[in-house]
Amino acid sequence: MKKFAWFLTLMLAFALVLSACGAPAATQPPAPAPTEAPAQPTEAPATESPTEAPAATEVPAAEPFRVAVVMPSTINDLAFSQSMYDALVRIQEKMGGADAFEIAYSESLGNPDDAAAAIRDYASQGFNLIIAHGSQYGSALQEIAPDFPETSFAWGTTVDTFGLPNIFAYEAASQEGGFVFGVMAAGLTKSNVIGVVGPIETGDAKLYVDGFKAGVLSVKPDAQVNVTYIGSFGDVALAAEAATTHISNGADVLTGTAQMVVGAIGKAEESNVFWFGTQSNQASLAPSIVVASQVYVWDSAVEEMISKIKAGTLGGESFTINLANGGEVIEFNPDSTVAADAKDLADTTIDGIKDGSITITLP
Amino acid sequence: MISDLFSVTVLIGILASGIRLATPYLYAAIGETFGQRSGVLNLGVEGQMLLGAFAAFYVALTTGSLWLGVLTAMIVGAMMGLAMAYVTVNLNAEQGISGIGFFLFGLGMSDLLFQKLLGTVETVKGFPKIYISGLSDIPGIGEIFFSQNLLVYGAYLLVPIAWFVLNKTTLGLKIRSVGENPDAADSLGVSVARVRYFTIILGGTLSGLGGASLSIALLNVFQQHMTSGLGFIAVALVYFGAWRPIGVLGGALLFSMINSLQLWIQVKGIAIPSDIAAMMPYVFTILVLVASVSRVRAPSALTKPFEREN
Repeated sequence: MKKFAWFLTLMLAFALVLSACGAPAATQPPAPAPTEAPAQPTEAPATESPTEAPAATEVPAAEPFRVAVVMPSTINDLAFSQSMYDALVRIQEKMGGADAFEIAYSESLGNPDDAAAAIRDYASQGFNLIIAHGSQYGSALQEIAPDFPETSFAWGTTVDTFGLPNIFAYEAASQEGGFVFGVMAAGLTKSNVIGVVGPIETGDAKLYVDGFKAGVLSVKPDAQVNVTYIGSFGDVALAAEAATTHISNGADVLTGTAQMVVGAIGKAEESNVFWFGTQSNQASLAPSIVVASQVYVWDSAVEEMISKIKAGTLGGESFTINLANGGEVIEFNPDSTVAADAKDLADTTIDGIKDGSITITLP
Repeated sequence: MISDLFSVTVLIGILASGIRLATPYLYAAIGETFGQRSGVLNLGVEGQMLLGAFAAFYVALTTGSLWLGVLTAMIVGAMMGLAMAYVTVNLNAEQGISGIGFFLFGLGMSDLLFQKLLGTVETVKGFPKIYISGLSDIPGIGEIFFSQNLLVYGAYLLVPIAWFVLNKTTLGLKIRSVGENPDAADSLGVSVARVRYFTIILGGTLSGLGGASLSIALLNVFQQHMTSGLGFIAVALVYFGAWRPIGVLGGALLFSMINSLQLWIQVKGIAIPSDIAAMMPYVFTILVLVASVSRVRAPSALTKPFEREN
């Protein structure tokens, strides 16, 4: 009897953990890092102990600059992980291909322990810059970075470098795009009810949602902005049901953030309700209802880190991408019927945020 | 305001979305009920659902035929069940561990196939809502019961069928006897291996169908690990429902209704932290279980491999 109660509790706990972590979590063994560039430097130190620093800080011209990235979901998630991978590929093209710039990546490491193993592995292989692309990787990085003082690490999204000289921090001011969309949503809504489908109340998801809310209320103080955090980054079914609930409640404009919103976008399309996307361009999923998407362009932040590393600074600074520095771009959906009318309003708002005449106050 | 929750719109919303949310749980948990009644615990449900969801989505997307998608999902689930049956019945492997193995296989394989064959999240036109003239127009009732898609109805139809098969047929008697006392069943000429093969393959088929209900009926997208723990909840629901299809139905509905209730609580802006709201379905399920734990009795041979004594 007791055994089964215990077992059931265990199952529920397991399910809760899995659903909370979203993307292939906890259980997936760390994949061997697929390396983009086949050419490995011949003298890559393979068997050095963690205390001995592997690679040299100065990179002679003949050797490629080597970047490794560890991420919680996959390089084609139409969201957070893809934004970083795409940036690295663009930088690689700019710097002259795989011979000059090597990219290695490990995907689907939702579990920080698996990610820690991958980060340590990359560090021992002598990568110049190792990007821990997920706020859940912080404590792992804090532990590993001091063991590799000659290697540079980057952690996002956060502003915290732990005061360590070899950690860069980066974050996205996602509240800015959220604010722009909030202003547009306020103009589009007829029912004065707007719904937001969020994952877990933290990080850039919370920033985006709060910015969106502030945007709506700046135009229509009497509008209702209802927010549901479904408690998961991966539960597509619940995200879809959250969208349905908003629509039943009278919402005629929806937005949401994180990778599980693909379920919500489908429901918005069925009911012909406007959608605003973030993290990546989501217009392809529902061309008729997606008005615009906020896209993260990490290029400038990463390029700046690389030039600092080449100049001998391995960390200690934090970078923020925003509308003004081109790290966040609002991409309008050309197929959307409203985009043309609403675009002017959005452009004015974007300019206002860029030149500082509009300031966003978050709760 | 709490009082905002007591309205017809909210009530209809909770019931309608509870019925939808329970659908994939029902397919998987009813399938698992058959397996467990015959003495086999299959923890690979989540993996079977994921592969089923991918197979259905991919076939529906490339061929344009939803029914072909459903069929493929069921075949894929059945193949997973067949492998599980071989491992647990012929090789007498530890059921819990091999189930986890099949879960990991399904998780990794669906991810790999998704990346190689699709590469990015796409949408497909899934099963439409069925409009039943007259019934669908009844206020409230129509929205709750008569405006769902075909696979939703299928899941609820499965419950009385499963009850009938388990309790009123010779096959059901064989399944139950193999789960309670395989030695006695064996001595009376019932093939324990054959019965267990049947139930595990049936379980896999239904799990695959449950996955299909997500990817081509309820959500119409496929994303990596889109089930996110749903298959494990389904296993828990079998325990919750005390190995009876009606109990499983009750558990699935309770869990889903509370999930839709917590969404409404958030939508209505009631001041409860979102984390607490998201926990509600889990907490309630455990509380109900604790309150009713004394009536639970598992099939005696559950998780025990059968070896004929000579």
